[in-house]
Amino acid sequence: MTGMSAKTTGHDAPAGDLRLVNLTKRFGIFTAVDDLGLTIPQGSFFALLGASGCGKTTTLRMIAGLEQPTSGQVLLGDRDIARLRPYKRPVNTVFQSYALFPHLDIFDNVAFGLRRRGIRSVDAEVNRMLALVQLADFGHRRPAQLSGGQQQRVALARALINRPQVLLLDEPLGALDLKLRRQMQIELKRIQTEVGITFVHVTHDQEEAMTMADTVAVMNAGRIEQLGAPADIYEYPATAFVANFLGQSNLLAAEAAGPAGSDVPVTAHGARYSVPAGRARVASGPVYLGVRPEKLHLVDAADRVPAGHQYVTGVVTDASYVGVSTQYLVRTGWGSELTAFAANSGLGGRVPVGASVVAHWDPRHAFLLPRPPGADDATAGLLDEPVGASS
Amino acid sequence: MTALAHVPTSTGQPAPPPPPPRGGRHRLLPYLLLLPGAAWLLLFFAVPLFQLAAASLYDPAGSLSTGYALTWAFGNYPDAVQAYWPQLGRSFLYAGIALVLGLLMGYPLAYAIAQKAGRWKNLLLVCVVAPMFTSFLVRTLAWKTILSDNGWLVGLLRDVHLLGPDGRLLATPVAVVLGLTYNFLPFLVLPLYASLERLDYRLLEAAGDLYASPVQTFRRVTLPLSMPGLIAGTLLFFIPATGDYINAELLGTPNEYMIGNVIDSAFLVRLDYPQGAALSFLLMAAILAVVFVYLRRAGTEEVL
Ligand SMILES: Nc1ncnc2c1ncn2[C@@H]1O[C@H](COP(=O)(O)OP(=O)(O)OP(=O)(O)O)[C@@H](O)[C@H]1O
Ligand SMILES: [Mg+2]
Repeated sequence: MTGMSAKTTGHDAPAGDLRLVNLTKRFGIFTAVDDLGLTIPQGSFFALLGASGCGKTTTLRMIAGLEQPTSGQVLLGDRDIARLRPYKRPVNTVFQSYALFPHLDIFDNVAFGLRRRGIRSVDAEVNRMLALVQLADFGHRRPAQLSGGQQQRVALARALINRPQVLLLDEPLGALDLKLRRQMQIELKRIQTEVGITFVHVTHDQEEAMTMADTVAVMNAGRIEQLGAPADIYEYPATAFVANFLGQSNLLAAEAAGPAGSDVPVTAHGARYSVPAGRARVASGPVYLGVRPEKLHLVDAADRVPAGHQYVTGVVTDASYVGVSTQYLVRTGWGSELTAFAANSGLGGRVPVGASVVAHWDPRHAFLLPRPPGADDATAGLLDEPVGASS
Repeated sequence: MTALAHVPTSTGQPAPPPPPPRGGRHRLLPYLLLLPGAAWLLLFFAVPLFQLAAASLYDPAGSLSTGYALTWAFGNYPDAVQAYWPQLGRSFLYAGIALVLGLLMGYPLAYAIAQKAGRWKNLLLVCVVAPMFTSFLVRTLAWKTILSDNGWLVGLLRDVHLLGPDGRLLATPVAVVLGLTYNFLPFLVLPLYASLERLDYRLLEAAGDLYASPVQTFRRVTLPLSMPGLIAGTLLFFIPATGDYINAELLGTPNEYMIGNVIDSAFLVRLDYPQGAALSFLLMAAILAVVFVYLRRAGTEEVL
């Protein structure tokens, strides 16, 4: 409640970290955002990932002031802005639905925020912004006369031009083709580092999240499942949901019986494996033994498995060539299908379908995750959704 | 060479195929469909309009019993203005004031029904339209009762000293303006509602996100986007209100008479056809001029 005493005029407020404290939003009995707690450091690039309907847009709307939280605080610096009207917040949004003003041309759309703040000479800034999103010649068109991707770029320019303290981006690049999207990603990242705006970026594109963000949060059913640097999350996911939402994982149902020395031994499908204690989220009871597909290597016989590696045997049931790599499905003795990616580096030949193989991994790349009792292997085996693919 | 030119070759460009034969009936069909409407308009609008134009130039000395002669008496027009400019001016004044009152009530009403009413929307719309189920005349007579000297409204206003001890509402300009406002309000509200109902609330959110206060959001987003409905509504309100004579007749006195009353009496009481016709044309021209200027100022390409 410190914000109540501070004069809340918005734009000259002290900058600071964006903090969400116990933020909850209920629609009737449905909880869209559940007791969310987050700190987004000032000037950082924060990516929010999660399945459709998990509450990402609702979270952004509460930060922007378009939705009243059921409970909790939105702090900017040490000021609680949760009850501040949207137009008084130093926050701008790139809307998922663009929400361009149909009665204004592109120039006036982009100039809208500056003009509402009483800035008279906007021409230079608007033209610079339009050039940035490669729409320099489109200033006099109406939104309805632009393609979806062009409209999206106008929405971006319209928010960015205000240089807010916090920019909220709700899937801002979803409608762009790959090349333009890469270009815009680079531009966004450049602007973000140059101006020091805090970006909160919602995306379905995990590669986009990982390449652009300092911090990634994976959301599920209104809660943050895991938050951290992209590499940390990818290499050592916290839950089975994260392990299969950010990239893919082979998760074998296993039982652990507590740590033994620096390792945690587990039993999976009758065989014994172990994982370093530092890579075990749980050390006893039902667990998942997880290995990323690219950390799973295929050889033709057990005696070629490097020392210290662990393995399972199986039969190749499918091989898909996707350019940079070949993706194999390996059916194990107990019927689950593991996924393995082999880089097409020219070393080692391709393994034919039907061949018996030994899939091995370095235990330092494996991880242990909690498993609901009774749950079986969670091996996605989704070759049609390769890791890092743009959605 | 010449012989070759007639032989179609595989490499040469074949002559464009002749257009598919189209029966004359196909091309005539749109006109046939237009025919009933056009005939109706011709018979009941264009012909009487010409008749009226001719009548406005009849010799004013004529009468129904002696017959009229078309003497191109353009003097009828200045004579009519001379005699009835107060009523003409009053028509626009009353209709204008009523329009302002109507807008002050109708815009918030249409906005509330379109954007805030939720599941009450249809019920409220029915309430707006419900008075139209009774006739114009009956509704205005009901107002006569409401505004009468011993009615509850006048009593109340006298009690709170908004009216003097023998102040009245009936037979005053106030009554006529109130009657006009009431009778034409639905014509303003319905088109406004239609365009406000299409207004995407996400645009209002976007404006708020872009530093527009509620007042600025209204001025920069809501108002421009409801312009088509606003224009249609004001025209549907203003044009018939200007020509109306029932409200002035029932709720006013000859001191409140509008041009409609004069035209009415010229045709039906005084039987002065040339003057009635001239006044009708004057009214039409004046309204057209006002509407034209208005549309120019309001400036939407969709209307003009
Ligand atoms: N106004 C509302 N009333 C009721 N339920 C709502 C409302 N707005 C959102 N929800 C629900 O809240 C949940 C979260 O919605 P939200 O829009 O935040 O999802 P999201 O994570 O942005 O999804 P997507 O990736 O598809 O955009 C959804 O299940 C949605 O149906
Ligand atoms: Mg969303």
